[in-house]
Amino acid sequence: MAVTIEWYIALSTILFTLGALGVLLRRNAIIIFMSVELMLNSANLLLVAFAHHLGDATGQVLVFFVMTVAAAEVAVGLALIVAIFQSKKSIDIGDVNLLRG
Amino acid sequence: MGNLILFLILAVIAIGSAIMMLFSRNAVHSALWLILNFATIAVFYIILNAPFLAMVQITVYAGAIMVLFLFVIMLLGTEQGSGVLATRRGQLWTAAGLGLVVLGSIGTALVRIGGSSVQAAAADTSPRVLAMILFENFTFPFEVTGILLLVAVVGLYVMSKQLRKG
Repeated sequence: MAVTIEWYIALSTILFTLGALGVLLRRNAIIIFMSVELMLNSANLLLVAFAHHLGDATGQVLVFFVMTVAAAEVAVGLALIVAIFQSKKSIDIGDVNLLRG
Repeated sequence: MGNLILFLILAVIAIGSAIMMLFSRNAVHSALWLILNFATIAVFYIILNAPFLAMVQITVYAGAIMVLFLFVIMLLGTEQGSGVLATRRGQLWTAAGLGLVVLGSIGTALVRIGGSSVQAAAADTSPRVLAMILFENFTFPFEVTGILLLVAVVGLYVMSKQLRKG
């Protein structure tokens, strides 16, 4: 039995939801960031799957842009986490409530 | 699009490593599970006729980005993080709602499996073809991406200067 695009849609949805669950359920800021990476990757997987499905390489080029933005986002985000850790001595997001009214 | 058995084995590895990433108490273990997940997705890219992207996935994601993660985890010494579950009730409800959404979309996808999904002929995806598409159709986004990276570098420099001062 051949693997059609629907299998990849299902897999990508599962991975995206697991990433979203990680963002919602975990309190460690670094693991929240890793979950964001997981979501970006599931979107990339779906882009490549559709590029293959439609026989068009443009989808693969879009993945490059996603990867670039992800790399920039990780660098800035981890620097922010280090800055938060230096002032709060913790990366638990429950401790970051300076802007709460 | 490849063999179903191979797909299922890889999918189980990918989903299993994602779940282990979510529920590991040790952040270093989470990062290592995520590397396994990225490697599995790289194998998917090879199956999906994207060998160049598979290599980029290994070098950029499993290599550079995850090394950055591991570096920060070990630099801060926060392997043993706080509790697994968030305490906000709203977040738990949102998570439950997301679970329903994923069930619905998987159900829809499964219903459509075996339907009339016509697959196009395989495209040429050599780095040369990708570069032609990138520089012919996506020149402006490419330059915007360059500016984004520049802004990130400048921002990091400013932030690290302030960190050293404070």
